[in-house]
Amino acid sequence: MTAASATAPSPTVADRLPAIERLFARKRLFSFGVPGVILAYLLYVFFAFDVPGLIQRANMDNARILVADSYSHKTHVTQDTRSGQIRVAIEGEAKGVYPEHLLPDWVAIDGPSAEIDLGRGQSARIDNGAVFLTVPGYGVIEARSTRNGVSVNIPDGPNRPTVNQSDARLVVDLDGARMIVTRTRIDVFRYFLGWELFWFSLESPYYGKSLSELIGLALSDQRVDAAKSNLQGMAESFWRNRIWQHGDVAWALFETILMAFIGTFGAALIALPLAFLSAHNFTPSLIARFGLRRVFDFLRGVDGLIWTIVLSRAFGPGPMTGALAILLTDTGSFGKMFSEALENTDKKQVEGIRSTGANAVQRYRFGVIPQVMPVFMSQVLYYFESNTRSATIIGAIVGGGIGLLLTQAIITQKDWEQVAYYIVLIVLMVMLMDSFSGWLRRKLIKGTDTGH
Amino acid sequence: MAKLYMPAQSGIYTAYMAQTQRRRLYSGILLLVFVLLLISSFQIAESRNAGGFISGLPQILDFPAGLVSEAWERIDRMPGHLATFFPSLVETINIAAASTLIGAAGGIVLALLSTRGLALWPRLIPLFRRTMDILRALPEIVIALVLIFILGGGPVPAMIAIALHTAGALGKLFSEVAENADLKPVEGLASVGAGWFQRMWLGVMPQVSPNFLSYGLLRFEINIRASAILGFVGAGGIGYDLRNTMTWGQGRFDQAAAIFILLFVTIVVVDQISSHYRNKISAVEH
Repeated sequence: MTAASATAPSPTVADRLPAIERLFARKRLFSFGVPGVILAYLLYVFFAFDVPGLIQRANMDNARILVADSYSHKTHVTQDTRSGQIRVAIEGEAKGVYPEHLLPDWVAIDGPSAEIDLGRGQSARIDNGAVFLTVPGYGVIEARSTRNGVSVNIPDGPNRPTVNQSDARLVVDLDGARMIVTRTRIDVFRYFLGWELFWFSLESPYYGKSLSELIGLALSDQRVDAAKSNLQGMAESFWRNRIWQHGDVAWALFETILMAFIGTFGAALIALPLAFLSAHNFTPSLIARFGLRRVFDFLRGVDGLIWTIVLSRAFGPGPMTGALAILLTDTGSFGKMFSEALENTDKKQVEGIRSTGANAVQRYRFGVIPQVMPVFMSQVLYYFESNTRSATIIGAIVGGGIGLLLTQAIITQKDWEQVAYYIVLIVLMVMLMDSFSGWLRRKLIKGTDTGH
Repeated sequence: MAKLYMPAQSGIYTAYMAQTQRRRLYSGILLLVFVLLLISSFQIAESRNAGGFISGLPQILDFPAGLVSEAWERIDRMPGHLATFFPSLVETINIAAASTLIGAAGGIVLALLSTRGLALWPRLIPLFRRTMDILRALPEIVIALVLIFILGGGPVPAMIAIALHTAGALGKLFSEVAENADLKPVEGLASVGAGWFQRMWLGVMPQVSPNFLSYGLLRFEINIRASAILGFVGAGGIGYDLRNTMTWGQGRFDQAAAIFILLFVTIVVVDQISSHYRNKISAVEH
């Protein structure tokens, strides 16, 4: 019982009941009202964003292509029916065309005709502008590509594959394979699991070798290329892979981290002296303080997006523009946070240093910096990690770093395995920066009891 | 007295001074290396940029000046532009708000499932932690661009993308808060036979909700900026309008100026409101 209730007569339960009931009613209203309001808002958003219409418009074919392409690749066998020439190419790309002596074992080419094994008993035979597709349990689909159109012979029967047919185009979907016949070409392709040519592209002497063969080569003295050791050759071959461009991708990742690094630490270096000028216990001038604070607010409020646009008009696209945009925004954030930290410093240490006859610089160096440094470092490192992510987005706008590669790969709408590769790399990069900055933070702040 | 201690003291003194000097040298070298690293990185970035730093510096004000002069010439149209772009602004704010709400809900679930002592399936804690790490590491733009390919442009891809990232980011912070929650109410509820959901809703949430709310407000500030940026890569809202006016170039700068004003005012106002309430929440706590 408190002292107050000892002097006043303590109220009975009956006296308190109305108040308690009011409290309960309020709590009940609150605990049902808040979720209700949130739900109502989400319902409003649901219709404001036209989610029902979106579900109808959603292109699930795209989703299927995307998912299938991200973990598998296809190899095309294509005949140009005007010249009769047949080529075998990964993803149908010029960069992935198989040279004649390296043809995969499921394709046999003989002049203008080819035998193609499509797996699971399915096979196709291309014969100078005509194609015969054998499907087990069904029969043979015959198609002929001529200048006037595509003539087909599709027998009825059980297990008929999905066929999409018009005068000028025939598409047959098989199990793990597909055939497209148009007026000018016959295109048969087969899906395979995995990212083909990820390690070495076709022109590399190390293409098509198994891991044990590669290890054997790396250890042997017999050089594939006399000019350099096998290990070096492999590394160079991998680095210059023409399809996956590992070297360029690594550069792009480096560029993204570079943007975040310059932006974050440059901003910290600029904000540090400015923060002293805008903290009331270090700068008595009200005008300077007020002016600087508004500058910080302005830098933060304008936001990275607008800075990016303004700066890319002056400096053109590239990583420096992105770095400067991050730098400007973060100067505002750091200035505000640093000056708040400086205002919370303990005066006693400064007074102690002053009592030994130290001048202003020495007082700051030994009385203030040791107090605020752990806080500053922790904030700067946290921002470094978060800016790695922002640099990906800003890179997509200013045209630098991995963000640019990612948007390009998505815009072409066919290299989804590369999109998947970039996404994995971005996630790994951010996680790496996260644990690195966390490690550094613990390392630098160790032994100080700042409570962070 | 002083003479007596002098030899020992001077030995310590010189050793101390030597140590201090060495430490100073090391930190000096470290600082120098850091500054050199910063300068050289800047030079690399500049060499890969279309325009140089020095040559671009005089032009830095050209665009803002053009913007202001064009906006000033047609100042009479400004209220009209502000009204035109206001619905887009509302859409941007809606993206941020909805994704913060959905993300926070996901974050709460993930946080409770990955906090020791509260988790429903203690063995699966590492799984939920990794999930949060991956969600947190995914930049919004990645999910947004992939979803735009499937769903088409508009606010929903941006909302899903930001919500996923928010769930990861808030989940980690929430889980740190929930770790410090008092377990007594939870045990009390368990003793009367409450299920996991009831224990969390009635035993944990009342303890942690002020902190959760504070983090959620901070996230809302961040998400407004994110939704504006995502609009610029095609996900609706005011960022999309901004990109359209920018690609039209000269002659539309008065519209761009209107969007800049709307965006700036919104960010500042939301920052102010949110920091006001966050201060209020932390004042109640202490």
